[in-house]
Amino acid sequence: MNFLIRFLKMAPRLALAAFLAALVSLWAAGGDRFHLPLAAAAWAQENAAVEEKAAEGESAAVEGEKAAAEGEKAAAEGEKAAAEGEKAAAEGEKAAADQPAGWAPMAAPKLETKDYPVVSGFNSRLSVWFAAQLHLFFAAFVLGVPIFVWVIELIGLLSKDVRYDHMAHEFMKVSMTGFSLAASFGGLLAIMLIIFFPDFMKYMTSVFGGVMILYALLFFAESFFVYTYYYGWDRMGSGGLKWLHLGLGLGLNLAGMILMVLSNSWASFMMAPSGIGPDGAFLGDVWAAIKGPLWNPLNLHRFIANIAYGGSLTAAYAAFKFLTAGSDQERAHYDWMGYTSFIIAIAGLLPLPFAGYWLTKEVYDYSQQMGITLMGGVFAWLFILQAVLIGAIFLSANYYLWCSLGRAEASKRLYAMIQPLGIIIVVAFLIWFTPHTLIMSSWELTQVGGAHHPVLGALGVMAAKNTAVNILIIATFLSYQMFRRANIAPAGSGFWATHGTTIQAAVYAAALINIVTLGIYSYFIPANVRIGLSVPQVSTTAVTLIVCTILDNLIYRDQRALGVFRWGHMPVRSQYALFMLAVSFTWLMGLMGYCRSAIRQHWHVYTVFRDNSLDAFTPTLPFAAFIVTIIVVIFMALVFFMFWMPILASKKKEGGAH
Amino acid sequence: MRVLFSIVIFSLAVVFGFAGYTRFGLPLIIPAPPPQEAKISGEMTMDQFIALGKSVYEGKGTCTLCHNSLGRAPLLEQVAQVAPERLADPRYKGEAKSVEDYIHESMIKPSAYVVAGFGKKGTNDTVSPMPDVSGGAINLNAAEMAAVTAFLQDVGGVEVTVQIPSGEAAGAAAPETAAAPAPAADATEAFVKFGCNTCHMHPLIAEGGDMGPDLGGLAAAAGKRKPGMSAEQFIVESIVDPNATLAKGYEPDMMPPDFAQQMTVAEMNMIVAAILNKDAAGGKPQ
Repeated sequence: MNFLIRFLKMAPRLALAAFLAALVSLWAAGGDRFHLPLAAAAWAQENAAVEEKAAEGESAAVEGEKAAAEGEKAAAEGEKAAAEGEKAAAEGEKAAADQPAGWAPMAAPKLETKDYPVVSGFNSRLSVWFAAQLHLFFAAFVLGVPIFVWVIELIGLLSKDVRYDHMAHEFMKVSMTGFSLAASFGGLLAIMLIIFFPDFMKYMTSVFGGVMILYALLFFAESFFVYTYYYGWDRMGSGGLKWLHLGLGLGLNLAGMILMVLSNSWASFMMAPSGIGPDGAFLGDVWAAIKGPLWNPLNLHRFIANIAYGGSLTAAYAAFKFLTAGSDQERAHYDWMGYTSFIIAIAGLLPLPFAGYWLTKEVYDYSQQMGITLMGGVFAWLFILQAVLIGAIFLSANYYLWCSLGRAEASKRLYAMIQPLGIIIVVAFLIWFTPHTLIMSSWELTQVGGAHHPVLGALGVMAAKNTAVNILIIATFLSYQMFRRANIAPAGSGFWATHGTTIQAAVYAAALINIVTLGIYSYFIPANVRIGLSVPQVSTTAVTLIVCTILDNLIYRDQRALGVFRWGHMPVRSQYALFMLAVSFTWLMGLMGYCRSAIRQHWHVYTVFRDNSLDAFTPTLPFAAFIVTIIVVIFMALVFFMFWMPILASKKKEGGAH
Repeated sequence: MRVLFSIVIFSLAVVFGFAGYTRFGLPLIIPAPPPQEAKISGEMTMDQFIALGKSVYEGKGTCTLCHNSLGRAPLLEQVAQVAPERLADPRYKGEAKSVEDYIHESMIKPSAYVVAGFGKKGTNDTVSPMPDVSGGAINLNAAEMAAVTAFLQDVGGVEVTVQIPSGEAAGAAAPETAAAPAPAADATEAFVKFGCNTCHMHPLIAEGGDMGPDLGGLAAAAGKRKPGMSAEQFIVESIVDPNATLAKGYEPDMMPPDFAQQMTVAEMNMIVAAILNKDAAGGKPQ
C-alpha cells in the first residue's frame, strides 16, 4: 500500500512529463505541412509514380502526333500512341487529383529578418541558448547517473555488500530533482524555439515529426521507470524482486539512451544534414535523416561525457556532505562516496578525448571547410581554452589522488613519486596548451617571429599534442595506481607477487618509449601518414592501462595490509579539488556546446537552411564565455537546490523519528 | 552555512576565473559577419570587378581558409600561369579549354584536376577535398565566381579574359540597371546599391573592400582635408568628383565619376550623413 501511495505522489511530475509530451506532439501534429514520415514517404513515392505516368503519357502523345504527320501507317500508330498517352495522362491527372491537396515535402525556407518573431524584452538567441544549455546540463546529469547507479547496485547485489546498494540509492536520491529540472528546461526550450524560430521548427518537424512524437512518448516510459526504480528501492530490496528492480533500472537506462540518441539526431542533422534533397525537402526515409555522418560520434561522445559529468556532480555532492558531516562515520561514508564518484568521473574523462577526436575527424570528413573553421579558424583559440580547462580537470584529479594517499597509513613511502609525476603532468599540459596555428595581429606575428614560434611552434603540432595527451593519461592512471597500492603489499612468494611490479614498470617504460618515439617519428613523415600514427599511440595507452590493471590484480591477489586504511582522513582542501572538477566540467560542457552549435555559423541547418535572423553572426569567444559563465552560475544555484532536496527530506525523516 | 559560503565563493572564483582568462588572457578575434551576396550595381570597371573577386576570395568564398601558406591546399597566386600545363596533363579530367574555363571549372568541379599531394586521403590524388563552391555553405553565384576568376587571372599576371557579367549571366547578382532602381531606403542600402562596399569599409557595410580608403574614420578628418571646405562639402565633392582630392596612396580613376547622375539627392544625403556619423534627417549623432 505504501508503495502505491508513493507512486501516486509522483502524479504531479508525471503530469508535467505528459504536458511536455503533449506540447511537442501537438506542435508537431499542428503544422499545416506536417504528415507522418511514413505517410510522407508513401505520398512522395505515389506522387512520383503518378507524375512519371503523366509524363510518359504526354511524351507518348507528342510522339504519336509526330508519327501521324509522317504517314498513314505511322499516323495510325501515332494516333494509337497519342490515345494511349492521353489516357495515361488522364489517369495520372485523376490519381494526382486524389492526393491530399496543399501538402508536399517542405523545402528549406528562405527566410528574411522580418520572418523572425520579436518578443519585447527577450533576445531570441540568448533565450534559446540559456534554455538549451540548462536543459543539457540537467539532462546529461540524469542520463549519466542512472548508468553507474545500476552498475553499483549490481555490484552490491553480486558482492552482497549492502554499502554499495545504499550508495546507489543515495545517488538516485540526489538526481531525482534533476529529472524534474531537466524536463522543465526541456519544455522551456521547446516553447522558446516555437516562439522565436517557428519556421525552423516547422521545417524540423517536416523531417523529424514522427521521431519527435516518439521522443515525447518515451517520456512516459522514462517517468515510469525512474519513479518505480527509485520509490521501489526498499520494497524490491531482496530476492527475486531485487532482480526485477534491476530490470527497472535497465529499462530506465534504455529509455534514457533512446531519448538521448533521438535528440542527438536533430543536433547532428543541423550540423551535417542527410536524408533530404538539394532544396532541403525531406526524401521520406527518416532513418536516413537520423543516421547522418555525425550521429554516432555524437552519441558516443555524449554517452561517455554524461557518465563523467554525472560522476563529477555526485562527487561535488559527496564533498559538500563530507565538509558538513557531523560525525566521523558520516565523514567516512561521504569520503568513500566522493572517491567512488571521482573514479567514475575520471573513468569517463580518460576516453573522452578519443571520442572527441572521432567526432572531429568525422566533421573534417563531412566538410573540410567546417573542420578547418573549427580547429584552424576563428575557433582555434577556443581549443586553447579547452586545453586549459581539461588541464585544470587533470591537475585537480591528480591533486585529489595525491591527497587520497593520506587515507593510507603506509603511504609515506610513495610520497617521493608525487613530485616527478607533477612535473610530467604540468609539462604534458603545457605542450598540449601550446598553440600552433592561430589568427594573430601583425604585432603579435612580429612578437612571435612568424605564424609559428621558432622553438615552441614544434610543440604545437598534433604530433606533440597527441604524445602529451597520452602521457598525461598514463601519468594520471599511475597516480591512481599509486593510491590503490598505498596501504597494501603482495603476500606470498608467487611469480606475480615477486616480479609483477617489475613487469609493470617495464610495461610503463615500453609504453612511454613507444609513444614518444612515434611522436618524434611523426615529425618526419607526410601529414596524411602522420595523422594515422595517433592510433598506435592511443592503442599503446589503452593496452598499458588494461595490462597494468590486470597485473595489479595478479600481484595483489594475495595481499597484506601495511597499515590502517581510514576513510574520512582527507584534508578539507582535497574536497575543493572535487568542486573544481565539477565546476570546470560544467563550464567546459557549456563552452563546447557553444562551439558545436557555432561551427554551423550562419546556418540553422548547415548548407541547407540559412539563418537570416539578426543574431545570425557568430559571437566572439569572450561573449560566449560570459554567457556560459552566467548559465553555469544559474546552474550551480539550481544544483544547490537539487542537493538540498534530499537533505531536506532526510531532516524531515529524522524529525519524524523523534 | 560557512562551508556553503566557502564553496560558493570558490566555485564563483573558478568560473569567473575562466571567463576572465578568456576575456583578458586570449586575443579577441571577431568572427566575420554572415556573408552577403555580392551585388554588381551600375557601371563596374574591370579593376572594381577584380577587387570584388578579391573580396569574395578572402571573404564569402572562404578560399584563404585552405589556400594559404599552411599547406592545406595549393597556393593560387600562380594558378593562371600553370593552368595550360595542367590542361595538357594526362591526369586532367575536365572539359576546360582556356585558363578562364579551367579556373571556373576548378571551383565547381574541384576533382577535374587534383594537384599532387592535395587529394583526399586514399584516393591517390583523384578526388579533391574541396567542395563545389556554387553550392553548400559557400554558395557563390555566377558573378562572384567570375569575379574570383578575374582576380586569379590578374594575380597570376595573365590577361584577364573574364567578361563582367550582366543580365542573367550575373545570376542572383544581376545588375539592377534593367529597370529603374528603387531609391535606397537608408544609408546601408545606399552603400550597397552604389557598390561602395566593393572598395570601401564603413561600420554600416557588412563586408567592405580595401581598394579605397576606409570611410569609418573620415568624419573626423574630412573637415581638415581642404581649407575652407566643411567636412560635408568635402565628402560631397569626393563622391561627385572622385579625382578632385586623392587620399594618400590611392590611384586616380578608380572610382566611377558619374555618381552625381546615379544618385538621388536623398541618397547622397544619406551617404554623407552616414559617413559623418549623423542622422540624415536631423543631424543627430548616430
